[in-house]
Amino acid sequence: MSEKKIIHLTINHMPVEVPEGTRIIEAARTIGIDIPHLCYHPDQSIKAHCRMCMVEVTGQRKLLAACSTLVWEGMEVVTDSKRVYDAQVGVLDLILADHHQNCLSCSRNNNCDLQNLCRRFNRLKPDLPDVSMAEEPRLDNPSIVRDPSKCVKCGRCVKVCSEVQGIGALSFTGRSTDCKVTTAFDLPMNETDCVLCGQCTLVCPVGALTEVDHTSHVRHALHDSKKHVVVQIAPSIRVSVGDDFGLEPGELVTGKLITALKMMGFEKVFDTNFSADLTIMEEGSELLQRIEKGGRLPLITSCSPGWVNFMEKHHPELIGNLSTAKSPQGMFGAVLKTYYAQRMGWDPKDIFSVSIMPCTAKKFEATRPELGRDGYQDVDVVLTTRELAKLIRYEGLDLPGLPESEFDAPLGTGSGAGAIFGATGGVMEAALRTAYELYTKKELPKLEFEQVRGEVGGIKEATIDLDGTPLKVAVVNGLKNAKEIIRRIQSGEAEYLFVEIMACPGGCIGGGGQPIGTTNEKRQARIKALYELDKDLPLRKSHENPDIKTIYEEFFGAPLSHKSHELLHTEYFPRPKRYDFSPYIEKYRKFLPEYQK
Amino acid sequence: MSKSVSFITRNFGKYNPASLVSYELIGGFTALRKALDMDGDAIAKVLSDNGVQGRGGAAYDMGRKWSQARSVPGPHKCVVCNADEGEPGTFKDRELLSKDPFQLLEGMIIAGWSVGADNGYIYMREEYAHLRPQLLSAIKQCEDAGYLGDNILGHEGFNYRIHLYSGAGAYVCGEGSALCESLEGHSGRPRMKPPFIKQCGAFHLPTCVNNVESLSLVPPLLLDKDGFYKSQGTPDCPGTKLISVCGNVKDPGVFEVPFGITLREIIYDLAGGIEDGHQLQLVQLGGASGRLASPAQLDTQYTYKGMKGADLTAIGSGAVLVVDERTSVIGFLRMTQQFFCHESCGQCTPCREGNRHIARFLEKIAEGTHTEEDLKLMEKYANIMSTASMCGLGETAQSALLSAMKRFPEVFAVKKEVAVR
Amino acid sequence: MKPFAQKMNELTPEMVELVDRVIDAHDGDATQLVGILLDLEAAVERHYIPEPAAYYLAERLEIHPTQVYDVITFYSALHDKPRAKYTLQVCDSAPCRVKDSDALCETLKRLLNLEIGEVTYDGRFSIEKVPCFGACDVSPAVRVNGVVYGHLDSEERIIDMLQQLD
Repeated sequence: MSEKKIIHLTINHMPVEVPEGTRIIEAARTIGIDIPHLCYHPDQSIKAHCRMCMVEVTGQRKLLAACSTLVWEGMEVVTDSKRVYDAQVGVLDLILADHHQNCLSCSRNNNCDLQNLCRRFNRLKPDLPDVSMAEEPRLDNPSIVRDPSKCVKCGRCVKVCSEVQGIGALSFTGRSTDCKVTTAFDLPMNETDCVLCGQCTLVCPVGALTEVDHTSHVRHALHDSKKHVVVQIAPSIRVSVGDDFGLEPGELVTGKLITALKMMGFEKVFDTNFSADLTIMEEGSELLQRIEKGGRLPLITSCSPGWVNFMEKHHPELIGNLSTAKSPQGMFGAVLKTYYAQRMGWDPKDIFSVSIMPCTAKKFEATRPELGRDGYQDVDVVLTTRELAKLIRYEGLDLPGLPESEFDAPLGTGSGAGAIFGATGGVMEAALRTAYELYTKKELPKLEFEQVRGEVGGIKEATIDLDGTPLKVAVVNGLKNAKEIIRRIQSGEAEYLFVEIMACPGGCIGGGGQPIGTTNEKRQARIKALYELDKDLPLRKSHENPDIKTIYEEFFGAPLSHKSHELLHTEYFPRPKRYDFSPYIEKYRKFLPEYQK
Repeated sequence: MSKSVSFITRNFGKYNPASLVSYELIGGFTALRKALDMDGDAIAKVLSDNGVQGRGGAAYDMGRKWSQARSVPGPHKCVVCNADEGEPGTFKDRELLSKDPFQLLEGMIIAGWSVGADNGYIYMREEYAHLRPQLLSAIKQCEDAGYLGDNILGHEGFNYRIHLYSGAGAYVCGEGSALCESLEGHSGRPRMKPPFIKQCGAFHLPTCVNNVESLSLVPPLLLDKDGFYKSQGTPDCPGTKLISVCGNVKDPGVFEVPFGITLREIIYDLAGGIEDGHQLQLVQLGGASGRLASPAQLDTQYTYKGMKGADLTAIGSGAVLVVDERTSVIGFLRMTQQFFCHESCGQCTPCREGNRHIARFLEKIAEGTHTEEDLKLMEKYANIMSTASMCGLGETAQSALLSAMKRFPEVFAVKKEVAVR
Repeated sequence: MKPFAQKMNELTPEMVELVDRVIDAHDGDATQLVGILLDLEAAVERHYIPEPAAYYLAERLEIHPTQVYDVITFYSALHDKPRAKYTLQVCDSAPCRVKDSDALCETLKRLLNLEIGEVTYDGRFSIEKVPCFGACDVSPAVRVNGVVYGHLDSEERIIDMLQQLD
């Protein structure tokens, strides 16, 4: 590949050298200038809608958008002239006049791009009358709230939904001041193609798309002395929550986080890594059983609730391919309210089970009737990483400065295999470590399966040698890639035995419930941190986790036993479509999926 | 100088626009045959030599556009005919489409040959849906006669087809990249540039977009041996132009005029003057996005330079909207503003939000309740719209207002009692 | 006079057949979505795109329903709510306004006892204000289902136009 030409330009009279093809906004960043912007997002294609980033270029009649304009040799950029200031403040005022400004009660207060711009421009009040729409927030599903009165029409959510996830549940509609971001026919989100992955809430610069806030439920439970309030922490949280407290991307805060949760009053703090190991035991055994007994293949992972929603809504023909093993969250909830409750002599109804997840779709998962019994749900409340940070702030805790603590036993021991669940390829690698040893009855010579370690937004395929038996696998993250894998499976182009699908880019560390400002760069840092964590752990295989061995001895017997089927496995259902055209559409189908009978 | 001429309109009424044979009988498709013996650069040179500027509004050197389109590499390219004539007060393309459809098709085929395209698209506004059957039949007849299809007129490898697409009532689709979006089955929201449509336009192919009038001009130009076209107009702006004159004039209509004619001649000699008993208030040139001329500017020469020199919209779509004293300047501006409030695509902030605020300011001015501060803000946001909008729509939406503030300052004066308050 | 409020909730076999026919006429080409929707709207009696038809169309063309909805809401010639059999589109742009299309609009409202956006009880008429449709040489003008009626500067001519619609 040829080296890119170097372009010389000046920004505010400072000389800058950047490769050809760089845009002004990126060039400015190299010398520490942050050009104001709203619609620009480093991981997305350029939109140039908001016009906040207008700058002056010598010799140009018009102002140019820094996000979309490529640098050229000899370009002279000015980002702070009066003309630029007037245009930027003017655009800001235009946006503010159409923005429902109830900042004090907005969930993005203090964490809002628009608010930051107002602070930066010292803009207290726009010099234009308020023209915002008085519209109530739309609370029509357990995961995501839409507040159209706050939308600034930047289009980031539209891009992530269509370009990254390939769902297209959100789009611009209408024209002029009727232009808004909404679903097809303005329907409630759960009646659309939306799978509740929450990537839109992660990129929204303001409070127009947010997670459903459940922090008050948790506070009430913590204040209720009759409840045993127990919390589980998903693998990816420990490398992401630090972001919200000014720590370096990917910094590991497990011990401090446990201290924080104990200080908040959680009676027990447990690790979802434990149930991730349990998932591997069940899923790994399921894989071997399907291969040996001729079950439906490829087996596809079911840990990612965004993916499960996608499959149920858009590809119900794949239901038989999904692992029936519950997600680690689901398994943990079930173990907590059965095995652990019995052990402690607690009435399951007195347990308030909280899980901290990187994910908005987990909020929906927890409401599935299959994940509960005798009139209670296994997980009572799911908090996203962002809500966790809010609770820590409410408590007034300085997370980085807290001492370290250990998880409670016995549901607090997780192996390195469980830890890497948070990264794309992690479930695959963890399963391979166990499946290899269970299948070959030999010790694995090398634990790392680098060939399945994914990258953000990628598709990876590999053939693993199970001591002579080839095992063709695939790993994808991002639902657009999932669609491609499904196409390959259904067209017969590839014959995988085992496929890992994560709905969000990079896996859970890039989930829709992660801290605002999660970019692909940060995702990469978190992935690295999780693999580092695994490397340093003494225990790196799920089947060697002593607590896992104990729970099978004491309670479940063996993987895929009757009891584990009852508690650790689940079922999936095709989601009814708004309209079912199958009798009409059948003759137009290009090919019939092989798996569809 | 004669007041109106006949060059691009020379076939009007001379043949049956529903019949290819009838067009061939008056010499139709001889320009194409001639073009097929020329190379693309030579054709582009004919356009440049005649000083032809695009008739869509941007007034880009057409020969240059074609030679650039020709030099863009790629196995597939398209030619797009912009028949989305959406500027209020413009209806000259309607005349060309209805009275001489074959000349347009011939121009498009020459364009395809010249730039090396394999597909041509006519994007016609929905409002002209009644012209669709005739145009579709014309395309069909050309296909049957071998003017369209594979190896056209025996030229091995010249494969070219024309498709008719319909708009659906969106002024912004006249903007090239919005038009391409619409051609692809999307909403017509303009695209971010770069890439420019000449490199990546409709269906992600290099695309050469021309107006109906520009393309219709090509066949007569290629056959213009005697240099009639160049002999028209003025030395620095030769040729003829189709204009649509409407509003409060006695005889509204489409006229072909030589460049250099004055506005006065257009209004009083061609369009019969102002309706009885009324006086001229203002003239809007080029459609809703055009600037306003005051009666004092009637002797301005209708050329690109002349109009620009008088701080008027340089020809643009060729619309001349004449307004008499029954409509006030502010009332007129509010009509124009209402149009843009309806037609903004809503994508970029200055245009989406700016238009509605300007409309509110104008409302206050109409009521007489505005302050000096309001005027300053209105001008500020009008300027932000023209300098920070994403596409030409937002850029030119406030042309009328800004020119009116210069030319009719008295109508913006703050009422005394408000000023005191 | 109350707005016409019938909503089609299910896709009838006739509608399926109609959508199929329109799609086939456009070679099943999703890039021709705008044209497909225009043809469909012209063929539906109330001149609009029923929601189930839009969903069916999306499934047939293998595009997101949001794209169909976006296109319907973006273009002013497309509608997602039932309209009248004859929608009288009055030009609301300057070239007609300076020729007093406001008076034309008032006359229509009075004659039909209708407000803008309403539909007569029998679903036959409604009045819409639309931007310039390029009939400025015969302004003030009205466009009804694609046909332009110009020079409507007197009540007689307006009544004459309405009678032609029956």
